[in-house]
Order: sequence, then C-alpha cells, then structure tokens
Amino acid sequence: MTPHVLSAQDLTKSYGQGENRFDALKGVSLAVGAGESLAIVGKSGSGKSTLMHLLALLDTPDAGTISVKGQDARSLGRNELNELRNRDFGFVFQQFFLTPNSSVLDNVVLPLMIAGVKPAERRKRGMEALERLEMADKARNKATDLSGGQKQRVVIARALVNNPSVIFADEPTGNLDTATGAVVEDILFDLNREQGITLITVTHDTDLAARCSRQFYIRDGREVSADELTSTTITTGASA
Amino acid sequence: MTFGDILRSAISNTFRSKVRTALTVVAIFIGAFTLTLTSAIGAGVSDYIDKQIGAIGGDDLLTVSPAAEAGASDDGPREYDPDGAATQGNFTLLSDADIEAIRATDGIDKVEPAAMLAPDYIQYDGGTRFELSVNPMIGLADADLAAGRQLEDGSGSPELLLPSSYLEPMGFTDAEAALEKTVSIAVTDYAGTRHTVDAVVAGVQNDSLFGDGVGFNEDLRTEMDALQKTGMPAGVPSGYITSVAYLSTDISAEELDGIKSDLADQGFTGLTVADQIGAIQTVINGIIGVLNAFAVIALIAAGFGIVNTLLMSVQERTREIGLMKAMGMGGGKIFALFSFEAIFIGFLGSALGAGVAMGLGTAISSVLSNTVLSALPGLNIMLFTPAAVATIIGVVMLIAFLAGTLPARRAARQNPIDALRYE
Repeated sequence: MTPHVLSAQDLTKSYGQGENRFDALKGVSLAVGAGESLAIVGKSGSGKSTLMHLLALLDTPDAGTISVKGQDARSLGRNELNELRNRDFGFVFQQFFLTPNSSVLDNVVLPLMIAGVKPAERRKRGMEALERLEMADKARNKATDLSGGQKQRVVIARALVNNPSVIFADEPTGNLDTATGAVVEDILFDLNREQGITLITVTHDTDLAARCSRQFYIRDGREVSADELTSTTITTGASA
Repeated sequence: MTFGDILRSAISNTFRSKVRTALTVVAIFIGAFTLTLTSAIGAGVSDYIDKQIGAIGGDDLLTVSPAAEAGASDDGPREYDPDGAATQGNFTLLSDADIEAIRATDGIDKVEPAAMLAPDYIQYDGGTRFELSVNPMIGLADADLAAGRQLEDGSGSPELLLPSSYLEPMGFTDAEAALEKTVSIAVTDYAGTRHTVDAVVAGVQNDSLFGDGVGFNEDLRTEMDALQKTGMPAGVPSGYITSVAYLSTDISAEELDGIKSDLADQGFTGLTVADQIGAIQTVINGIIGVLNAFAVIALIAAGFGIVNTLLMSVQERTREIGLMKAMGMGGGKIFALFSFEAIFIGFLGSALGAGVAMGLGTAISSVLSNTVLSALPGLNIMLFTPAAVATIIGVVMLIAFLAGTLPARRAARQNPIDALRYE
C-alpha cells in the first residue's frame, strides 16, 4: 500500500448556530495515497468544498482528525501550518484569483515570495514554471490581459512553482470552454503522471471526475456511492 | 516574505488605486504643510529671541540688583535709616560691600558692577554729533553682529559695538566701512569739564528689540567711568544700580536656583536674561502651540482618511489576502503589509507637505524680511531645521501607522476560506 499523503477520519463541520445551523460534513473519512489523482464529486452544497478546505488545512474540523504524511495536523503550530501549506500544497481555483495589475511572472512567484526566496531565484523558478506551461512569452504581460485558458495556465504555474506534493484544484475547468478546459485537464493529469504530484480535484463535472484514478462521491455531507449520486445529478442536472 | 518584499509590495499596492491614494495624500499634505509652517515660525521667532538674548548678555550671566522692598505702601512710610543703602532717584543702590557679598556667593565667578555711564555724544571724523545710550549689559559675548567681531575685554584699547542704525547718520556707507575706524565719545565730569575718549569700532550690531545702545568693552567703560567721576564731591551717594555676575560654567538648573535663593537670602534679586524676557517667550510659545494644535487636528482628521482608504482597500482585496493566507502567509506579515502601506501614504503626504512648505516658506520669509519686517534685521520669520522637518515627517508617519492598525488588523484576521468560498 502506498503511504498516505493525507488521511482524514470522521470529519464533521457545521456553520451557524441554532436554527441557522448547517451541517456541511457529517462524518467523512478519506485517505489519499501519494501520486494518486482523486476527484471529490458532488453538487453545490454537498460539502465537497468544505471537505477540500479541511484537507488543505485552511479550516479546522469540529471533530475528527486530519493527518499529513502521518502527522496529526492539530499538533502543528500556526507557523508550521503556514509553512506546510506554502511548501507542500498548490492551489488551482475556478476563479483564478490573479492579482490584476501585476505581471504574470509576479503572480506566479507569489508563493515563493511568501516563502522568502530571493528575487533572482524567484525569477528563475517562475520562468521555469511558465515554460512548462508554454506561457514564458507572456511573463511580462499583465494578468488581466490574458484569455481564460491562459489565466488558468498561469494559476497552474503558480501552483507548481514551489514544487508541491499535492495540488488542490477546485472546479479547475469551471470557467473555461470545453476545448480550453480539456487542455487544462491534460496539463493537470500530465503533472500527476509525470511528476507524481498528488492531485485532489473538486468538481461536479463527471467527465473530469472519470479521468481521475479514484472518485469520492459526497452528498449532504456524507460519502455516497456513485449510483446514489448519479440518480440525484440526473434529476437536478437540468438546472446546473 | 522578506522585509524588502513587504516594503516593495506595500509601495506598489499604494499606487493601485491612484485617485484614492492621491486624495488621502492631499489630506495629509495639508496637515503636514501647516505643521511645518507653524513650527518654522516658532523656530524662527525663538531663534530671533535667542539672538536678542545674546545681545543683552550671555546665558551665563546673572543681573543682580537689590531686592525690591515690598509692603511699604501697606505699612505706611518707612522710617529713615541713615546706615541704609544709598539711593539715587527711586533706585536702591548696591554698595561696594554688597558687590563683595555677591562675589562671595557660591557658584559666582566674577562680579562687575554696572556703572551708570552718561556720555554726551558720539562723533566720527569731525562729523555730526549724535546722542547715545550705553548698553547696560556688559557680557556682550554673543552680540548679533552684522559685521566685525565681538568685543574683547582687557585688550588695553577701548572698543565699542555700533548699532547698525548709527551707520548712515555718522557717515559710513555700510557696516564693513565702519570696522576698525576710530570714533570719539564725549563725557562731562562733575566739574563741568568735557572730556573726549577715542574708541575703535570692533563690530556693527544688528538693531534689536532689547539690547539697545552702544556696547562698550571693559577698557572703555573703566576709562569713561573714571573721567565721569572727576571732581566728584564727597557725600554724593555712590553705588551701582545693578551688577552683572558671571556664573561658573556648566551650571545646572538646580544649581542656578540655589544661587538665586542664596542671593535672595542676602537681599538681592538675581535674574538671568531668560528670566527677564521669559514672559515674551512664553506668550510666543503659547501662540505657536495653538497654531501647532490646529495643524495636529488637521493631521488627525487626515488619519481617519487613511483608515477609510485602507478599509476600502482591505475590502477590495479580500480574495487576494485570503489567497496569500492560503499560500502560507502569516497574519503578522499581512498586518505588516498594510501597516507599511499606511506608513508610506503618511510619508508621501508629509514629505510633499514639508517640502512645499519649505520652498514656499523660504520665499515668503525672504520677501517679508525685505519689506514688512525690515525694521527687525536678523529676523527670519520662518526657520526650517532638518531636525524639525524630520520630526514632523516622523510624527505624521507614526499617526499614519496608528491609523493603519485598524484596517491592517482586519486584514490580518481574515479567513482564507472567505476568498475561496464562491458557491
């Protein structure tokens, strides 16, 4: 069995209080092996994003434990947690989150700047990441001047620049047309295959989910089987 | 994130919303501009007063006079005391014994009685004769000179300092022309004989508020005093209106108070120059203080502008902050990022404000010195010192930092998930 990069036991998380209380997660257990590509599949409000936030250590669960490479996340101090996220995690979001008026290169090297890497080294590694995504010629452009597909490549370059062991992708193709989306998917899966980066994708897109080595279906804060989820997806799919 | 990166990012973030930053900078500019001007006026006026104090006497001088007898009006007329101190007019005079007593006081190095010199006129090269009064203060160590040098005591040659208002009437083209020229001063003795004394012009003194009259060096005073007393009948009350005590150097404020109270116990009043014109300075400092207070109020209002600007900035950049936190940036560094932004806005406003104030103030000051204030030579109404300007910029940056703490704290506490939740 491959060593687990991430494992979670009996996670629960709820928001609000009293009548407004909303249980986003009601006891979810999950283990992710190194080099795996995992799709967390569910519709809006299923708790899939909450689960990803907990796994990415952006939030703490109400109950349950999360271990990163065998270490309990609760034993980590605030600074250690920040350092771990900076060093081991990369993030790709549906809505890009690029700083509008900075150059593409400046956006890409943000994680390195946060880590305190020297400017010359930052530049070198930033350009390497951009070259891997064939975006080196756009390094000086402003992030706002790019097309959607180019933006998402920049975001992937940013996620890659610190050589993470895990990339979290939240609806990575949600804002892209089918053709561009397919290219972005190819890039992500190539990284997974060729560099052994663990890929955790949150999506409601069943085609994207199918390309992953494993799927984790979630509905109303609980893990469900693929059939259970599909039945609901069909009935509500029309509105999506 | 290194310190340099935080600084660079903060500065470039400042220019992201240019209009908003510019408006906030203008608010700070107004405050800093006003504060720089008012404090420069304060500095200019007190510098002038300090020069005037120099004209009356140095800081290490104490004017010692007999203590005023209080309470006479309440208790009716005082009985005549034949052994009491001699008087002249309304003044009680200091006797030679008094001078000795003052000399014996701890902390006083030297005492010089101020003789009443009453010269008749001053004349240059057989020209017009002019009345003159003698500057009663002796220690003209720091006279505010337009040209020449300070008086030298004990040089053996009589020297004097000429007020600049005497130059033209006496026939000198300018201050330089009067230097080292010999002028004659006439004095009449008790017998009615007129004597003239020749003295060299050592320097030309700027007209001043206090140090009125011609300054004589010790040699000239001694000579004049001797001539004046020629043929003095016995029984004429002799004594001195006042005396000047030279304090030991490096005396502390407490020691000075001690000396004053020692003198008071012996029936003398000791006043430093600062005591004598302290009231004027207090009033001026009060006015400057009020003006400064207005400027500080403007700055505090500008501080709220900074709070507002940065709160909007934090609001707009919620996602960016969240992203940086998700990528492992600590709250402390986010706080530093926004604090530096506030400090930089403060720096921009205050540096521009102080710079413009210096340029404008220097111009206005020189125009005023040549027109409205030309009667007061040596007065620069506004005096800009690097230390004062640096202090103002520092204070504004501190206010900006304090204003920035509220938005910066809000940014630092932001939850990274807020940026990521968009469902």
